[in-house]
Amino acid sequence: MTLVEAINHTLHQEMERDGKVLVFGQDVARNGGVFRATDGLLDRFGGRRVVDTPLAEGVIIGTAVGLAAEGFVPVPEIQFLGFAWQAFHQIAGQLARLRYRSDGRFGCPVTVRAPFGGGVRTPELHSEALEAQFVQCPGLKVVLPASAADAKGLLASAIRDPDPVMFLEPLKGYRLVKDDVPEGEHLVPLGKANAVRTGDDVTLIAWSAQVEVARKAAAVLAAEHGVSAGVLDLRTLVPLDIEAIVAAVEHTGRAVVVSEAPQSAGFAAEVVATICEEAFYSLEAPVARVGGYDVPYPVGMLEEHYVPDAARVVAAALRVCGEGA
Amino acid sequence: MSLDLELAAAETVYRVLSEDGSALVAEPPDVRDDDVVAVMAEMVKARVANGRFFSLQRQGRAGTYAPIEGQEAVVAGAAAALDPAHDWVLPQYREPVALGRFGPEVLRTYALYQRGHPAGGHFPAPVRVFPVQISLAAQIPHALGLAWAMRLKGEPGVACVFFGDGASSEGDFYEAANFAGVLGAPVLFLCVNNGWAISTPLHSQTAATSFAAKAAAFGFPGVRVDGNDALAMISVVAAARERAVTGGGPTLIEAVTFRMGPHTTADDPKRYQAPEERAGWEGRDPILRLRRHLEGRGLWSAERQAEAEALAAAEIDAAWDRAEAMTVSPDAFFDHVYAEPTPRMVTQRAELRARLGLDPDPGTGTGTGTGA
Ligand SMILES: Cc1ncc(C[n+]2csc(CCOP(=O)(O)OP(=O)(O)O)c2C)c(N)n1
Ligand SMILES: [Mg+2]
Repeated sequence: MTLVEAINHTLHQEMERDGKVLVFGQDVARNGGVFRATDGLLDRFGGRRVVDTPLAEGVIIGTAVGLAAEGFVPVPEIQFLGFAWQAFHQIAGQLARLRYRSDGRFGCPVTVRAPFGGGVRTPELHSEALEAQFVQCPGLKVVLPASAADAKGLLASAIRDPDPVMFLEPLKGYRLVKDDVPEGEHLVPLGKANAVRTGDDVTLIAWSAQVEVARKAAAVLAAEHGVSAGVLDLRTLVPLDIEAIVAAVEHTGRAVVVSEAPQSAGFAAEVVATICEEAFYSLEAPVARVGGYDVPYPVGMLEEHYVPDAARVVAAALRVCGEGA
Repeated sequence: MSLDLELAAAETVYRVLSEDGSALVAEPPDVRDDDVVAVMAEMVKARVANGRFFSLQRQGRAGTYAPIEGQEAVVAGAAAALDPAHDWVLPQYREPVALGRFGPEVLRTYALYQRGHPAGGHFPAPVRVFPVQISLAAQIPHALGLAWAMRLKGEPGVACVFFGDGASSEGDFYEAANFAGVLGAPVLFLCVNNGWAISTPLHSQTAATSFAAKAAAFGFPGVRVDGNDALAMISVVAAARERAVTGGGPTLIEAVTFRMGPHTTADDPKRYQAPEERAGWEGRDPILRLRRHLEGRGLWSAERQAEAEALAAAEIDAAWDRAEAMTVSPDAFFDHVYAEPTPRMVTQRAELRARLGLDPDPGTGTGTGTGA
């Protein structure tokens, strides 16, 4: 199954399982979503549970808060993550905080789905990797699947979670990522990283689309440089699997963190700081970051060298291994 | 002023030409024949450009394209009533191919935009056109800011902002319109009601009887105009402009039209639109409509049409060839983030240049990264 098919399949299963699950957003019902992630839901579950909203992100998230307080389980879609800015006051100021500001009376079991990520020559504001923005909103969980199987297992867990989840889907991987997805119930717990590949010399830490980049880099490192690189897919940034990070770095003594977002104050910085605090004495070399640059996401003709690629990760890994380049 | 906006009801659609262009049903705008002929030529050009950008996208040479087909009169008609030397236009994304009145640079820049070149965001001064807007409705408050500034400076212009029926649902529209009413600022809110926002039809967007009707709540006039009638567009925009520059405040103009193409080259309307709906609009083509009117007056002909199409094709080809020939340094995304880059950006840029085997010094004044 492709990653977007896995999302679609999981939305069907979760809506089947729980009559309180609602799906709404721009073009999600009749059109089945601009990427077909919600295709078929309207026919199967009807217009009371699958709703095309007016074109206004603020009200999409704001109503999710109210619906959740009344016991529904909203799974709103933001068509592209760059348009979450229009809803930022509702996401950061309200959705994240309802449990806290109502002193525990109301929870917000809302899963906000949105695609993001570069490499497909989209117009402005369709590609930005904004994950760190949401990590800075205590109360939100931040989940980013990299495989189709994880898309299913993590989405099901997100929908069943009592707290709001930003579920960020790799746009480029919607159809490119394809793997075996368990048919029946499949839950991947939030807060458990996935050791995609084990290695002894260096740990490549990534999430979302960059996991594939890290895997390619690990293959090159093994084949061409005799370097054994492990790949750790964080899967969820909040909650963060600190234990898995520490264990991997204690094993290899070296790490490279790969992400798409602008470098300054990106989530990679949080990972590096965590390693420094929790595994400093295991380090054989400074931890390296490979990521986007501190610029707005570039236009089509320029994006090629913005998004990290395997060659950059390989170079960084060789550097931390003290092997030139 | 030939039209009283206060009297034009928000519920009826104002039109000058009958739907097939064969008759005048209201007083035509007070403009020279040459200007109307120029609008006709501009619409023809927009239609030719539309076909060209569509096929360039299909060939993989240009990016996702949002077609203007069917909406040419909204833009070319409105532009004809504006003053390119004093007014600002803020487009959404379909409009640039029909904004030739604001200078040939508009189309040339738009070709760069479709190519994915950074200079595509840069309608060069003194062209008073804001960059294409992708974040829906975000340009509406900017229009109010421009209008407010012009008034503070005692300048005679207006800001005319285009936005879709879909975009009108965003808070940015309501917030800007409300504030514009309070300020009495010279803004023309031009809502392009083309029936659809991707797959979302009007009735899922609003329960109001019209978009123009919303103006009542902001305290200024709202008019519905037939957006497929170039003469009606000229009349209404001219009247709204006159009102704005004489201190009468904003107007909300709802141009009723239809998106004849898909939302973009990435969309398939068969999934959500009944074919009869589009078919019903075929007989209301804005170009055929004005053409019939002008031919009836001896101002247009088959020869002139062929000539206009050939001129349009030449202009677009030149714009595209120039865009394709325009190179860009692969590190140009570091330009224009700030007036001066931060120290970290300087380091990042040097790292990228080293990686690409470029001279470590990006030089000064790489400008828009046009390689020029
Ligand atoms: C803030 C924001 N939300 C969502 C989108 C995605 N999107 C692009 S175009 C579009 C529909 C716009 O409809 P409308 O405003 O009626 O303009 P039209 O395309 O019909 O010209 C949507 C939802 C966007 N570009 N910006
Ligand atoms: Mg529309």
